Amino acid sequence: MALNVACVGKSYPPSEPYEVGREKIWEFANAIRDPNPVYRDPEAARAHGHPDVIAPPSFPMVISLEAERQVVYDPELGARNQVRFVHREQRFAYRRPIRAGDVLTVTVSIAAIDIIGDNDVITFESRIDAGGDEHVCTAKSTFVMFDPERKGEPAP
Amino acid sequence: MTTVITRPAPARRRYDDVEPGTRLPGRTVTVQRGDLVRYGGASCDYNTIHWDERTAEAIGLPHPIAHGMFTMALALSVVSDWAGDPAAVVDFGGRFPRLVPVPNDGKGVLLEVEAVVVEKLEAPNVRVSVAVRLDGAKVLTMPRTIVALA
Repeated sequence: MALNVACVGKSYPPSEPYEVGREKIWEFANAIRDPNPVYRDPEAARAHGHPDVIAPPSFPMVISLEAERQVVYDPELGARNQVRFVHREQRFAYRRPIRAGDVLTVTVSIAAIDIIGDNDVITFESRIDAGGDEHVCTAKSTFVMFDPERKGEPAP
Repeated sequence: MTTVITRPAPARRRYDDVEPGTRLPGRTVTVQRGDLVRYGGASCDYNTIHWDERTAEAIGLPHPIAHGMFTMALALSVVSDWAGDPAAVVDFGGRFPRLVPVPNDGKGVLLEVEAVVVEKLEAPNVRVSVAVRLDGAKVLTMPRTIVALA
């Protein structure tokens, strides 16, 4: 398996808009077992100066992962169907917290393609905007991709 | 499944009250297969490697593995609790040097989160280094977690 390095720098159209709901934040906060009221109670969030409940720092995974997964199936990239990928690194840099009511889009570009051991390693840079043009967060995600027909644990 | 009980929001920590070397209150968390299913659903990550025994076995893993970002979320709560507001955690990145296989045995695995203030940057920012261990070995390292204090 070898990815097409000519795709480095390629940018993709923004994802479908995703409206952040209070209930989704509540569900996510429960799943990460964080009882902080700023994720659930608008009054508690306002006490910290936020206009509505805010999302946990890692919340953008809800939309960035799927947007990046779509890119993996770009035929030009040359990844095989059924490819498996394991998360190697993740970074988020915020301009402001994400909050209920935000309508988010993700614009993915391919930042790097490397080979480590026998595996392709791909890095995405995903810009997350609210309301179409307010840049709120940048995600940088690195995945190890490996051939499902080859046994053996990928080196992450 | 764990019932989550909310509590009052903590006060925002002040930049002037923090010194390099300050240890944040750590945390140990038991992670079971059900937690992975729940996180997978909430985060829209349906990768079978996180819940299906057959997928794990097919690639030589002893069990399905925890989502790296679930581990990271558990670690970030240590930082946001300490800072007093999750919005203070403005920039963070992590690497997953080892996978976290989670057996479906009713016991799960125990993750240990530790965090320390490494340096004070230009006010109000400080840099915190965070690590998560499983059986003493690091499964997540976050050496550059930037926290904007009050």
